[in-house]
Amino acid sequence: MRHLTEPAYIRWTLIIVALLFLGLFLILPLVAVFTEAFRQGAEVFVASITEEETLSAVKLTLLVAAISVPLNVTFGIAAAWAIAKFSFPGKNVLLTLIDLPFAVSPVIAGLIFVLLFGSQGVAAPLLAAWDLQIIFAVPGIMLATTFVTFPFVARELIPVMEAQGRDEEEAAVSLGASGWKTFLRVTLPNVKWGLLYGVILCNARAMGEFGAVSVVSGHIRGMTNTLPLHVEILYNEYQFAAAFAVATLLAALALVTLILKSLIEWKTERQAKLDEEQHYDVTGERAG
Amino acid sequence: MSIEVVNITKSYKSFTALKNVNLHIPEGELVALLGPSGSGKTTLLRLIAGLEQPQEGSILFHGEDNTNRDVRERQVGFVFQHYALFRHMNIFDNIAFGLSVRSRKTRPSKEEISEKVHSLLKLVQLEGLAHRYPSQLSGGQRQRVALARALAVEPKFLLLDEPFGALDTKVRQELRRWLRHLHGKLGLTILFVTHDQEEAMELADQVVVMNEGRVEQVGSPEEIYHHPANPFVYSFLGRVNLFHGRIQNGKIKLGEAEFETDWKDKAVEAPAVGYMRPHDVEISLRPPEGKSARSVQAEINHISLLGPIVRLDLKRLDTDEVFEAEMSRQRFMELNVEEESIVYVTLHNVSIYVDSQPLQTHRPSLVPLQASV
Repeated sequence: MRHLTEPAYIRWTLIIVALLFLGLFLILPLVAVFTEAFRQGAEVFVASITEEETLSAVKLTLLVAAISVPLNVTFGIAAAWAIAKFSFPGKNVLLTLIDLPFAVSPVIAGLIFVLLFGSQGVAAPLLAAWDLQIIFAVPGIMLATTFVTFPFVARELIPVMEAQGRDEEEAAVSLGASGWKTFLRVTLPNVKWGLLYGVILCNARAMGEFGAVSVVSGHIRGMTNTLPLHVEILYNEYQFAAAFAVATLLAALALVTLILKSLIEWKTERQAKLDEEQHYDVTGERAG
Repeated sequence: MSIEVVNITKSYKSFTALKNVNLHIPEGELVALLGPSGSGKTTLLRLIAGLEQPQEGSILFHGEDNTNRDVRERQVGFVFQHYALFRHMNIFDNIAFGLSVRSRKTRPSKEEISEKVHSLLKLVQLEGLAHRYPSQLSGGQRQRVALARALAVEPKFLLLDEPFGALDTKVRQELRRWLRHLHGKLGLTILFVTHDQEEAMELADQVVVMNEGRVEQVGSPEEIYHHPANPFVYSFLGRVNLFHGRIQNGKIKLGEAEFETDWKDKAVEAPAVGYMRPHDVEISLRPPEGKSARSVQAEINHISLLGPIVRLDLKRLDTDEVFEAEMSRQRFMELNVEEESIVYVTLHNVSIYVDSQPLQTHRPSLVPLQASV
């Protein structure tokens, strides 16, 4: 295999370029966030993240994630199950629609909801009649977040489910299992790692979403401020230490997400290896 | 439980998988669905199981219409080609699945399930592997787990899709013998799909030969091998030599060889094809006495030594048709021939099919004829 290897100088140049890029764009900013956060000492850091408005932003962020993630998990599983295990007309349209939130800029996503539910919006008379407020209130933030994080779970699950085929489900049904039991006892356990992966990515995005939420939130302190919006407000008010202190919370979330993500990847890789072994002597000869 | 398939037609978007298929499978028999890829045999099996719905026709179990019944109500044991074991469950849970998903009212107690699973593990000779996972088993072991899982729900009959297709030859032979034994022990109706004629002949009481969505012939292995209904069945069941000729005055002429037939209509002149097995070709160094009408001269093109048998590729001197002959190694040594030798060939057991298109009959377009000297 020696002839397939690049010469040493090329290898080292490539490695150094990659490492420099990584350091410049990922490690350096992360270090900067933490040093800026502690620039005025640990006391200021603790004070900034225990401040009332920060705490309310944390609460709101958690609340939004706690609602939009389960919604998207439910939807994602349903969509993936339908797409991977059944064939029906309009399947490709559904697939494209699922990808829509990735294709559209988050700001546009926010604007859609303003146009729909804002004071000049399409649904304004209806909302006024029932005395409901969506835009510049918590429901708007939830809607925007749910929209933006819509594809994560479904996108993770569809390839996993498709790769596993329908055999096990058919076996379960032929053994007398109902559709629901087949789903709970066969389909879901088989995709659990993929699902967890999707949930973690979905959660990270739900907590970190800025653009769409910024458009619909109205930036009311202590009421409609999520963590990313709070960081922006603090920064614009020249409270750099406080802004970076709050930003460390988001950075910490990112780090935890990354660690969980690699753990799951390691797990699924092991699972895939086992499955491959299972199929090793199965793929030998095939005929219909 | 007997199975009746009545006038089943199944088509997909672009092609018809089954055309007007009728089939009766008697109770307690071991039946093979034999055919090449794409002949519709797996589709038929899935239709019987209820995993697919036919466009037309009906499926009866013991005289009772099951066409519109759901899979889970049909109580059919289905074993998939790639086993479809639940990969996240151990062997015990795999086998217990069918019992443990029953509603509370009909579900056996934990002890009963455990007892059942262990007796099945014993039946499939996998005691002691209850806590392994499918990925830790060999192909043959997985196949037996799949069988045990299907048997756990006490199905009316067993349907097996290419049960041994994915296994190596040795394991396959072992499992065949074991399945035969199991069938004798349980007395269950078993229907299995295969593309391997040897497997079908060895295992089955009845063989259903399928091609292009139709049933070509149903019969015992003996019947279909010795009295194939048409050229397709003939050539699917083993190696075959083809000789082209004509029927004239009630006699078949294949080159210089001539065969008497019981063909009544002497006025008809039509193309005819003779089929014969390579092991029915008799080779001699001198022209045979008496029955010279069935003898022709041929040149040996190639000799293949295949262990106990020897296969010769020959070319007829009268028609230039190429054909094969098989003989025992001993016979080959006696003949002492080599490549390019000229030999006399006597054609035994030729099945002749006459192209009956001019007679305006429909299927089968080729009529089998018993040739005699």
